[in-house]
Amino acid sequence: MGYPHPSHAGETPVLSQYFGDQDGIGLDGWRKRGGYNGLQKALSMSPAEIVDVVKASGLRGRGGAGFPTGIKWSFMKPGDGKPHYLCCNADESEPGTFKDREIMRWTPHALVEGCAIGAYAIGAETAYIYIRGEFTEPLIRMRQAVREAYDAGIIGKNAMGSGKRIDIVIHKGAGAYICGEETAMMNSIEGRRGNPRIKPPFPAVSGVFGQPTTINNVETLAAVPHIIVRGAEWYKGLSLSSPKSTGSKLFSVCGNIAKPGNYEVTLGFPFKDFLYDLCGGPLPGRTFKAVVPGGISVPIQTMEEAEATKMDYEGFIEQGSMLGSGGVIVFDDQQNMVKQIARAARFFAHESCAQCTQCREGTAWTTKIMERIRDGEGTHEDLDTLFSIADNMTGKTICVLSDSCAVPVVSGINKFRSEFEALIKKPKFHPVTAAVA
Amino acid sequence: MTAVTHDHDAPYQPVFVGERRKELDALFPLYPTKMACILPALWMVQEDRGWISDEGMAEVAEVLELTPAYVKGVVTFYTMYNTHPVGKYLIQVCTTTPCNICGAEDVVGAFLEHTGCGELGITSADGKFTVIEVECLGACGFATPVMINEGFVESVTAARVPEILAGLE
Repeated sequence: MGYPHPSHAGETPVLSQYFGDQDGIGLDGWRKRGGYNGLQKALSMSPAEIVDVVKASGLRGRGGAGFPTGIKWSFMKPGDGKPHYLCCNADESEPGTFKDREIMRWTPHALVEGCAIGAYAIGAETAYIYIRGEFTEPLIRMRQAVREAYDAGIIGKNAMGSGKRIDIVIHKGAGAYICGEETAMMNSIEGRRGNPRIKPPFPAVSGVFGQPTTINNVETLAAVPHIIVRGAEWYKGLSLSSPKSTGSKLFSVCGNIAKPGNYEVTLGFPFKDFLYDLCGGPLPGRTFKAVVPGGISVPIQTMEEAEATKMDYEGFIEQGSMLGSGGVIVFDDQQNMVKQIARAARFFAHESCAQCTQCREGTAWTTKIMERIRDGEGTHEDLDTLFSIADNMTGKTICVLSDSCAVPVVSGINKFRSEFEALIKKPKFHPVTAAVA
Repeated sequence: MTAVTHDHDAPYQPVFVGERRKELDALFPLYPTKMACILPALWMVQEDRGWISDEGMAEVAEVLELTPAYVKGVVTFYTMYNTHPVGKYLIQVCTTTPCNICGAEDVVGAFLEHTGCGELGITSADGKFTVIEVECLGACGFATPVMINEGFVESVTAARVPEILAGLE
């Protein structure tokens, strides 16, 4: 359902079917809804068979990068004699994105089940669920669900009587957007500052505690039990588009729109119908101006681009943006894009871990210039400087936070240049000049 | 909403004794190193003491066999650890882009006015409130979300602020 709104016929509720359903939160209610059938079935299969099913389903990582999940799992080499780890990325912090929060609030056992299947498939006995510290309610629900699963023997020393050990540990973050980056998250779990690490080595070779590790997003893992129960072909069949974008996806919608919330649609759904039909269109008397479709770090789309987009990994790229985490931010005709992009830049400056100079200095400098333009004190040279800084911030740092700051600025200037120029051209009173004149 | 109660002037009392010590010891088998328990240990100090003082950092360092300097490095990296005392109610208002679009600036203004704080990060004279801006609370569709201690209030508007504050008494 388009939580918190009633269901719409255009939705395909797989993960979101029980959002808002209080009875589905606890273990008994969850089992009545088919919970843990996927884990039961998975434990009767070999890890390699599970990996093959997930590969065949075409499930791609729902955290933002979209890497094929089955292939990621296949990087973990069984029988290497090392402890393996699964880390679930529940550090949802991308502005515009709030889907994992609802999965954990309403269907915490779906995530426990997904983690248990994932851990078994990659040969891990321990899964860490890293939840951001701000998510107080999801934390309480997840802790309760893990406790219930232990008490019922679903996880633990002998998961569902299979003889397999699966431990799940909830690790509470402490306020750092960068810890959503997989290597920063591993550092944070190890008890360090959340600074990203240079790759390679990739986590599958040397991850958390120096051991082979797989990191998956909440939504990715929550989809796995459904794939195990209903099969890869069913999941692939949900897609309306290319074989590279399969299944359903949760999109969080916020900003200037009639019905903000979480909507689950099959990949390939028309973005225009999504925005106007499912989400209710603009607020009365207003018109849409722009959309950021995948969280604030992806390029801004004009409405013309957005309305021509098919909602899948390739479709957003074709129309100049990215699917990212699925966090849709909508701007209407009342918004000044310069003001909002300046605010986005400030977010990245605040969240830079300060490890790389290009990011530490670049995000701060970009913010300073953006705020100067916003306040009517910018010059035309500032726009050239912003492009130059952005060029030096892109592809030159350990992680992509720096790139993420450059993206909305560059796409914003390119697509809404007139708004920048209108603020630059605004006449300004210069006391010294006035005195001389 | 649970109030953070602590006496800033009282001498530091160790956290990791009795039940808390058992709670910490129970964490050790969950990780291959003791150091990995630093975030949960710091949360325990903050829950009990309201903020993490130098003495609190030193205690965490001792129980986890780390140096106080290392612990301070970790504490100061994360924004949710308070390195200074805060009011009985710590009010965190999200003002990142999606909330900014929906009028979060007005919500901040209303909290500053009605709490008597006047300025971000300053504790009100009666010691009750501290208001800060926070970068993305991850509830963008329920703009503006506000965290008050461990409690979460969704869809806050400037007009609702007096009623929310009254509910804390």
